[in-house]
Amino acid sequence: MPDTAALDAFRTEIADWITSACPPALRGRPISEDRIVWGGRKWQFQDDDQKTWMQAAIARGMTAPRWPVEYGGAGLSRAEEKIYREELERLQAPPPLESFGLWMLGPALLEFGTHAQKLAHLLPVTRGEIRWCQGYSEPGAGSDLANVQTRAEDMGDHWLVNGQKIWTSYADRADWIFALVRTDRDAPKHKGISFMLIDMNSPGVTTRPIQLISGKSPFCETFFDNVKVPKSYGEDNPSVVGQVNRGWDIAKYLLTHEREMIGGGARGLLGGRSLGQFLGDLDGALDNPVTRAEAMRIEVNALAFAMTMERYKDQAEAGRGVGNASAMLKYYGTELNKERYELLMSAAGSEAVEWDGPHGSLAPEWLRTKANSIEGGTSEVMLDIIAKRVLELPNS
Amino acid sequence: MTSLLETEDETMLRDAARGFLADAAPVANLRANRDQGRPFDTALWREMAQMGWAGVLVPEAQGGADMGQRAAGILAEEMGRTLAASPFISSAVIAATTLRAAAGQHSADALAAIAQGDLLYAIALDEGRKHAPLNTTLAAEKSGNGFRLSGTKAFVADGGCADRVLVLARTAGGPGEAAGLTLFDIPADRAGLSKTARATVDSRDHAQMVFDGVEATGDEVLGTLDDGWALLSRGVQAGQAAVAAELLGVAGGAYGMTVGYLKERKQFDRTIGSFQALQHRAAHLWAEIEVTASAIANAGRVLDATPAEAGLAVSLAKARAAQTVDLAVREGVQMHGGIGMTDAYDIGFYMKRARVGTEWLGDYGYHAAQVAAARGF
Repeated sequence: MPDTAALDAFRTEIADWITSACPPALRGRPISEDRIVWGGRKWQFQDDDQKTWMQAAIARGMTAPRWPVEYGGAGLSRAEEKIYREELERLQAPPPLESFGLWMLGPALLEFGTHAQKLAHLLPVTRGEIRWCQGYSEPGAGSDLANVQTRAEDMGDHWLVNGQKIWTSYADRADWIFALVRTDRDAPKHKGISFMLIDMNSPGVTTRPIQLISGKSPFCETFFDNVKVPKSYGEDNPSVVGQVNRGWDIAKYLLTHEREMIGGGARGLLGGRSLGQFLGDLDGALDNPVTRAEAMRIEVNALAFAMTMERYKDQAEAGRGVGNASAMLKYYGTELNKERYELLMSAAGSEAVEWDGPHGSLAPEWLRTKANSIEGGTSEVMLDIIAKRVLELPNS
Repeated sequence: MTSLLETEDETMLRDAARGFLADAAPVANLRANRDQGRPFDTALWREMAQMGWAGVLVPEAQGGADMGQRAAGILAEEMGRTLAASPFISSAVIAATTLRAAAGQHSADALAAIAQGDLLYAIALDEGRKHAPLNTTLAAEKSGNGFRLSGTKAFVADGGCADRVLVLARTAGGPGEAAGLTLFDIPADRAGLSKTARATVDSRDHAQMVFDGVEATGDEVLGTLDDGWALLSRGVQAGQAAVAAELLGVAGGAYGMTVGYLKERKQFDRTIGSFQALQHRAAHLWAEIEVTASAIANAGRVLDATPAEAGLAVSLAKARAAQTVDLAVREGVQMHGGIGMTDAYDIGFYMKRARVGTEWLGDYGYHAAQVAAARGF
């Protein structure tokens, strides 16, 4: 059992630190995608407060609270990290830094990388110096991800990469990409894939943003045209993570993380307010019995789902892996989030349909949620995974 | 927040309960009860008591196992899985929690007898078609040194077999008010108290109780005059969490039967479980059960840690359980097809218990409204 007194002391300490380190102007603002601090060479802070907060967090390892201190983290336990997140939410402070490097590359390298790879790539991520993007999907490899065709030919001292990725989040603003590439075209499709780290500045890499229904362009097409990728970036620091041709293992591992992350996106929105409080601020919205019933249903489900997220994380922490059950978190969380935004849009009525109206970016956020149940594996693929792997129903 | 993961002790308890119930109380046991016209199997209850289940919430000083509300929930859930009929929730959960909170010699004696499995309680609470404790109108009028109780309790679970009754009566105030409610603890065979069995779809013991000038002494007031709800509500909350846990078990049992059927039934020369239309529905049901399991575990944890602040957690559990079990039994019958409509097949028993358990101590609408109130709606 965790030491309760020590955790209570940690809570006090971390709350004091947040209060002193996070500039007051950052706190209590509604959390919106526009205000996320991503870092990277192409990144510009919107104000000095963001920079102050990020640097204070870097100094304490709190941009990556759970990572080992030697790779720029704070080495917190799961229980401490949970308290940190709770205190951030309670004090309405935004995360000091967010990125695919923190969410995706880090877990992959910590599990599969060499010490030199971790040092070379993770420290700049924790410091907000290098921004990563994820090169997974291709025009012919969506739900059928293992069908990646982007190929990397072995040219002796380097790989020669040709092909196209799609739905690469923020590729146009990223410094590096971790990509699934085919290194053996003769092997069965899951066996010839490698997990490769590529500098986006390499000659032959181009990106093209895709405008979405939300009016925004968070995703890009990324093209590789005879891109030379060194075999190695230094001693014991190869450009391929793990073994060549075994990248699918890493991809699967990361998809689990991604699914938990996307599923978890249903929490912590609405600027820390409960759904009822948010709707309560809309005069009369909760007087409508249909709106009220739907709000109650979603609130009940959201509370129970948040508990399920915590339970699964505790289970993973206890060494009893979550495995394919993460598909459930992804499925449930994203469907719930879409329902929630449908309700908010309906409750706010004509005030909600402007691109930038009285409720800020509600409309584009609502449209953005529609991708939740597509990216990282569609809801239908998640249900397939549950049916086959958890329920062990027969193949059709 | 403490972890919702089961401790080793809890897992051992669950495994032991599941093993025992699979052998001693499969659905066939409920079917036999129904066919023989008995509300539950007294020999089975005696075995449960010997294993410490009747005393799961009774202090060790009174011979109980004192394992806590989370453990009680695990037992209720496993009973739900095989639809094991027993007076567990009325006596071992609601009455035990209430008596324990009441303290005093009478409570200590009653708790000791509950733990032995020798004393059965029923909770005479709701008077209308829906759970509405504060709308209690059954009157307890002063009469000499005691009271005379008059009124009707519509739906008393385990009321037919109970030795004693916890009855909530109004001594002051009016409908909707908690103040003025008084809790009495009287023998079920007291003159003027008549019981009529209600032949419910779940084949279990439910009765209507009519109180026609039933006399109760001042000593039979449990807790404080005019403040009985403060006491009984503790027991009722524990009961709501236990019923929610039972319903989770009912959902799990129906789900297990249904997925088993999908794997064996063949049509169009294929196992029907290979059809994606059914796979996705079954997978969705599993997801709902997983999410509800968290709410059930949380309710038990909160009841053990901070019982005075358990309202939100308990209502969340019961609201979720009601929705999930409803989905589980409807999908269960539908996916079984024609055979699911037959009495010979067990899935229908799950649907019938689900409906009754959903009504007992508040349905989805009642508890969702409680959650909304607690969350600032």
